[in-house]
Amino acid sequence: MIRILLAGQGGQGVLSAGKMLAESGLWEGKEVSYLPAYGPEMRGGTANCSVIISDEEIASPLCNNPDVLIAMNGPSFHKFAPRVRSGGIVIVNGSLSDCYAGRDDISVYDIAANDIAMQAGDIRSANNVILGALCQITHIVKDKSIINCLNEKFVGKPALMEINARAFELGKAAVESGGER
Amino acid sequence: MAKVFQKTKMLTDAHLHYCPGCTHGIVHRLVAESIEELGLQDKAIGIAPVGCAVFAYDYFNCDMQEAAHGRAPAVATGIKRCLPDRLVFVYQGDGDLASIGMAETVHAAARGENITIIFINNSIYGMTGGQMAPTTLIGQKATTCQNGRDPAVNGYPIRVCELLATLDAPYYIERVSTHDVKHVLAAKKAIKKALRFQAEGRGYSFVEVLVSCPTNWHMKPIEALRFMAEETSKTFPLGVYRDKSEGRE
Amino acid sequence: MSKILLHGTEAICEGAIRNGCRAFFGYPITPQNEVPEYMSAVMPKIGGVFVQAESEVAAINMVYGAGGAGVRAMTSSSSPGISLKQEGISYIACARIPCVVVNIMRAGPGLGGILPAQGDYFQATKGGGHGDYHLLVLAPSSVQEACDFTYRAFDLADKYRVPVMILADGMIGQLMEPVELPPMRALSDIPKKDWATDGGYGENRRVLNSLIIKPEELEPHVNEMQRTYDEIAANEKMCEKFMTDDAEIVITAYGTVARICKSAAKTLRKQGIKAGVIRPITLYPFPSEAYEEAANGAKAFLTVELSLGQMVEDVRLSVNGKKPVYFYGRTGGNVMDEEEIVQAAKDALAKAELAKEV
Repeated sequence: MIRILLAGQGGQGVLSAGKMLAESGLWEGKEVSYLPAYGPEMRGGTANCSVIISDEEIASPLCNNPDVLIAMNGPSFHKFAPRVRSGGIVIVNGSLSDCYAGRDDISVYDIAANDIAMQAGDIRSANNVILGALCQITHIVKDKSIINCLNEKFVGKPALMEINARAFELGKAAVESGGER
Repeated sequence: MAKVFQKTKMLTDAHLHYCPGCTHGIVHRLVAESIEELGLQDKAIGIAPVGCAVFAYDYFNCDMQEAAHGRAPAVATGIKRCLPDRLVFVYQGDGDLASIGMAETVHAAARGENITIIFINNSIYGMTGGQMAPTTLIGQKATTCQNGRDPAVNGYPIRVCELLATLDAPYYIERVSTHDVKHVLAAKKAIKKALRFQAEGRGYSFVEVLVSCPTNWHMKPIEALRFMAEETSKTFPLGVYRDKSEGRE
Repeated sequence: MSKILLHGTEAICEGAIRNGCRAFFGYPITPQNEVPEYMSAVMPKIGGVFVQAESEVAAINMVYGAGGAGVRAMTSSSSPGISLKQEGISYIACARIPCVVVNIMRAGPGLGGILPAQGDYFQATKGGGHGDYHLLVLAPSSVQEACDFTYRAFDLADKYRVPVMILADGMIGQLMEPVELPPMRALSDIPKKDWATDGGYGENRRVLNSLIIKPEELEPHVNEMQRTYDEIAANEKMCEKFMTDDAEIVITAYGTVARICKSAAKTLRKQGIKAGVIRPITLYPFPSEAYEEAANGAKAFLTVELSLGQMVEDVRLSVNGKKPVYFYGRTGGNVMDEEEIVQAAKDALAKAELAKEV
């Protein structure tokens, strides 16, 4: 079982990336849950959601101490990095955040998602860059599952499908080229 | 012997509980006769209010639902939306319709629900013993304004026809009275028209009927009818406030 | 098996629609807005009725009308809105009109907050409105259950002619999980209602009414209602028992909180403490037998709620003094985590030991 907390700013695709992950898990026949944080903060401001992917029935759907944190900006990184369980993983969008967590019992990956997304062709694909990195690091779901789910969502928009696939691949490559700090 | 009068079959044989001299019973008959004359008795579903007409479900000889205080237009909305080919009529008094149920009244009208509302205005809370109503006249005495309605304290009476006529959706709005035979006959015409409009699918129809309350006005029945003619209808002018069939917007 | 990922609110709607719900009346309030939004989109497509009412009060009375006309009808709201519906629910219960009311609970009292809570347990299970009546209350703890229980709620409502409440917390509303949807039931498959006011004249006329002014008539009527509640209690109690057979500490909770308790129980077992969980599924009728039974082996009970302690009263009545019952709760929209429950369970066991020594 892996508990993933995705956090960032409204409009960064945090919630849709979370859903994509859950969909991909479901596609592979795994147990999944997706819980968006709601509240006044969902109108502008920050956005976050918890995704759990598991081989067994999921008991608590909460992610207070995630195994993996995806932080799409600085405030999210600093707010949630202290909650990551010891030995956990943080993937931080280095384009919009520093990557100093102030603790050495977690692995922090610095992925310049915005810059890479622009390279892929659309800054809005930054969330897919991060998904690529996540898959490369954790193998929580197969690349194919994510790509299939993405294509399903953007069916009829081949240009976007292509950009998303490219963003995903570039995210993977960014891990390979030494994203870990 | 030739039969000169027969009670409509749309009323049951139950004894009306209304006070002597009250014209509620007349309105019951007008509604019942109209439904029968339109041949819609098999399709009729009525909604009884809370107030003097609370027992209306015992009198109308068709399917009836008894609604919570003021909520009859919402109940009618629920029925009519599900069963659009039925004739859904609502019978409400002034406390029910214009006080506690004003939101339901206005919104059912604004949505243009294809229902017919019969609004009984006797300017008093009858069933509970003569308290001030939203339609109590200025200066009129009630048990909760014992020196007469004082606008400085109690505000002014609400004219529902005029208020609803500001809305776009209603198809037909008329105020009628029951203080003499001529007006009773006019009231019958209005009620029948309102029900017919519903049956034709034209939309929201609303008939306000001025009714006397000798008991709580502390008047003899004849005096009460005279009061309606001379006083009540001054505050609540009779007439058609909307009739889209005649192009009156 | 073909599961799809659904929001709790969507699952509730699908459960309703697939079991013949064809009338929905709602009013916006967070966190259940997705229910009226979904229904507004779907109902017109399947020949159903959707009305955005002018208030929660109007919405429940539209349900009275539609349910009374024999149509499967539903409304949904969240805590403050459910308070407004109580008048209508009491009338519906007395007039014996079946319907389904969904409460996606938020934190109270008053306008409170919009985050998850379970502070409406008393309101849901003990009456809520005026007079002697009950709702049949179902508490889902997953999105699948949100769908299945709503589906089942319509059958229960019709069978017993009672209003049924789906009592869920804000988490159920927002959670997305895989759901296997039940097949769409044909309306012709739903039993006809010989009491409905759908247009009948003379001898065929029917009346739906909650005014029964003669004491010699009202008493038999409420007694008849009570007989229905007794029958419901005999037939419909449901709960889930999780590792309770050998449990020394029985944790009990409903809804999503029960899932956190299950995680806690697993953790406690890893630490050598035999923990189990009882999760009531019907909150009314309350599955008291499960507690009576568990009281034989357990050393203590711990009730966990997102409230200051409401269901704990029913747990205490069920355990009936045989074993100590402790409580742990959070309010204000805060949700306890697993560690808090683990600690509370250990504390409960320690207190029970101390109590034995006294």
